[in-house]
Amino acid sequence: MTELSKTGAAVGEPTPAKAPEAFLEVRDLKVHFPTDDGLVKSVDGLSFSLEKGRTLAIVGESGSGKSVTSQAIMGLHRLGTRGKNVRMSGEIWLDGKELVSAAPDEVRKLRGREMAMIFQDPLSAMHPYYKVGDQIVEAYRVHHKVSKKVARARAIEMLDRVGIPEPAKRVDGYPHEFSGGMRQRAMIAMALVNNPELLIADEPTTALDVTVQAQILDLIRDLQKEFGSAVIMITHDLGVVAEIADDVLVMYGGRCVERGPADEVFDKPQHPYTWGLLGSMPRIDRETSERLIPVKGSPPSLINVPSGCAFHPRCPYADIPKGNVTRTVRPELELVSTGHWSACHLSAEDRQRIWTEEIAPKL
Amino acid sequence: MSETKKTDEAAIPQQASASEGSADREVLLRVEGLTKHFPIKKGILQRQVGAVKAVDGIDFEVRKGETLGVVGESGCGKSTMGRVITRLQDPTGGKITFEGRDITRLKTGQMRPLRRDIQMIFQDPYGSLNPRHTIGSIVSAPFRLQGVEPEGGVKKEVQRLLSLVGLSPEHYNRYPHEFSGGQRQRIGIARALALKPKLVVADEPVSALDVSIQAQVVNLMDDLQEELGLTYVIIAHDLSVVRHVSDRIAVMYLGKIVELADRTSLYESPMHPYTKALMSAVPVPDPKRRGQKSERILLRGDVPSPIAPPSGCRFHTRCWKATEICRTTEPQLVELRPGQRVACHHPENFADQAPQDTVLLTAAKEASELVPDAVASGGSAEKEPAAKEAPEPAEAVEASEVKEAAEASEPEKAAEAPVEPTGSSKTEEVSEASETAADASETTETTDVTETTEEASETAEAAEAAETAEAPEAAETAEAPEGAEAAEAVETSGKKTGPGAKTTNEADTAGSAGTQESTDK
Repeated sequence: MTELSKTGAAVGEPTPAKAPEAFLEVRDLKVHFPTDDGLVKSVDGLSFSLEKGRTLAIVGESGSGKSVTSQAIMGLHRLGTRGKNVRMSGEIWLDGKELVSAAPDEVRKLRGREMAMIFQDPLSAMHPYYKVGDQIVEAYRVHHKVSKKVARARAIEMLDRVGIPEPAKRVDGYPHEFSGGMRQRAMIAMALVNNPELLIADEPTTALDVTVQAQILDLIRDLQKEFGSAVIMITHDLGVVAEIADDVLVMYGGRCVERGPADEVFDKPQHPYTWGLLGSMPRIDRETSERLIPVKGSPPSLINVPSGCAFHPRCPYADIPKGNVTRTVRPELELVSTGHWSACHLSAEDRQRIWTEEIAPKL
Repeated sequence: MSETKKTDEAAIPQQASASEGSADREVLLRVEGLTKHFPIKKGILQRQVGAVKAVDGIDFEVRKGETLGVVGESGCGKSTMGRVITRLQDPTGGKITFEGRDITRLKTGQMRPLRRDIQMIFQDPYGSLNPRHTIGSIVSAPFRLQGVEPEGGVKKEVQRLLSLVGLSPEHYNRYPHEFSGGQRQRIGIARALALKPKLVVADEPVSALDVSIQAQVVNLMDDLQEELGLTYVIIAHDLSVVRHVSDRIAVMYLGKIVELADRTSLYESPMHPYTKALMSAVPVPDPKRRGQKSERILLRGDVPSPIAPPSGCRFHTRCWKATEICRTTEPQLVELRPGQRVACHHPENFADQAPQDTVLLTAAKEASELVPDAVASGGSAEKEPAAKEAPEPAEAVEASEVKEAAEASEPEKAAEAPVEPTGSSKTEEVSEASETAADASETTETTDVTETTEEASETAEAAEAAETAEAPEAAETAEAPEGAEAAEAVETSGKKTGPGAKTTNEADTAGSAGTQESTDK
């Protein structure tokens, strides 16, 4: 069964010493899945915090654990039979309530109302058999004791709010009758219908065209301004991150390798993996350099995460620190500057030198 | 065929060096008026009731050794285009010429020898490899099918190909599921390269891959092009990737090419409003540029259905510059600047092709609300002169393109263009405005324009138009002289440096900054 946190604090009675000040605080979160092939350590000791009105972007490649993190916050791993196949530990504090140890029913009361999620693929996230409006109505009525009529009016209002034309007509449409961008808008309407304070968007624009992506990002930004909610944006696109995020968390192999304010991370990235991500991206705003600088190799298996620094097999600078430290010792997050953390064995001077001399000029 | 092969090989070193300015290269593939309609059938009799016009009349050519990028939103027909030019699907109409030979109506059997020369890399590395075959048999299939016995045997050649794309030869006996996405894409590339094709059509070759792997594959394709002298048609929706890999780029919208230009021109001064909107929507990995939301053009709504595409210019339903002519007349893809073909009545960064038509459509008025109009203060090179208020300022910008227009031998627009800034500076009377306009047309003459006879009448008309629309507003303008200055600056720069894209851009900025201020007041 689930490996509960040691505190055992129930929802509503946070231990005073432990209750964090931040709106959302995740401490040493671990999500492991036992499988026939071995234990998949999807998230392995992740900590971060987020204030209301801020946007945190979690960046990483597929299999870095970013989606699992968001699902853990939403409590989605504990639903039905899935709960038997996951081992979770650590703490997730949302607005003074601890979620990892909370009873499923308590979490369910929060889900949708205090925290909501936008999924990547709206076509599979929406029920094809029910009208879009009915699905929004359902989400609203779970948390509000109102008549269907009132809820329907609310659904129309939300559809209008997210920019769907003719919302009174579209409310009776089925998901397949919507285009990709409109479906994603309807998803957002559904997520926001209860004015959640935490909105998690899992690759909300990956399946969309750039023009529609721009519309959706704008929408999320405007709505955040209006409702003052905290937003976690999960993405692999650094362009999207730069567009929308206040803070960035870079994940690799289930752990955070770099975290900090967006400006800092883009301006003075500290981790070789972040350099790799920046170097791999063709950029539309700069002169095209002759070649991209890819990260060699491929992302690690989460069953056999490399020893020491998980990035060492792909890191071009793994041999710079003395001894075999990169291969044997797992680096912990260290403070680089205010709010900017990085987990790397390279010394600050080495990082500074490599970034300014080798990486930055090539970007 | 052996002859062409020789020339192909000879061309390799040249290809490696000249990535741009490929105008003089031999044309490998030419496509004229290509259409592909998918019939929609209904009822018991399966009568055709309509058609999805996936590709609806496109022309382009691919030159030897170059990379042509094709971009567009989903549903614009770019993948269908790729499948039709490789003859995986039969075109409905039009003509495809490969190495001077018409391949439009070749039968499957006749097409087979050509398959050697035209290969395709598919988007989905999971779906395009048969899970029951080993990598060895997948990559050796082309040899088997074509009956080719490579030197040293098939196995050796396959292993060479595998190492060429960065896989190890021991992978020969493995199955696709044992590989990651990036490796599978490499297998697809190895298969496509097996027979040393001349043309490789790659349909979204990297979009299914992680960022770090994307870069590996993009670099690999680059290297292979240099090594083997390949010609690519790369279809993708990611504009940054396309920009990185392509020499020339075609922008598609609803089954049509709306702009076709070399990379630099397209990205530095896009002419079609759609291109501009598309590029402004690409997120840039630089948080400092955030908040400059004004730079971004938001298109409203979605791409219309290709079953019943809008009349006239297909983009008119979402364009902020659309006027009546856009609704009624379809713009042709014409070469407005050397190497830059555009299908638009009111192109950006260039003289208006239909200046007489100034009344915006209702949809355009709505759309123009989403177009930033205060960019002038930002000092950015891309200006969006307040289409909201009146289209005249847009023409004023073209004042700066005097010399360019002259070059493009469309003097009437050039003559018309300077009217607005001068009008706004002097402002009093029509006669004076038309005088200055006449002056301006003389200036254009000096910058080697040949046809001048029509100009006078055109100018007078234009002056009138500008006067009636703009003069009352401009009369109240305090800072109007700046507009005039800008216009002058433009003229002088035009005289000094002669036609050239770079100076145009600068002049552009100055001109529109001036006019912007005057119209804003």
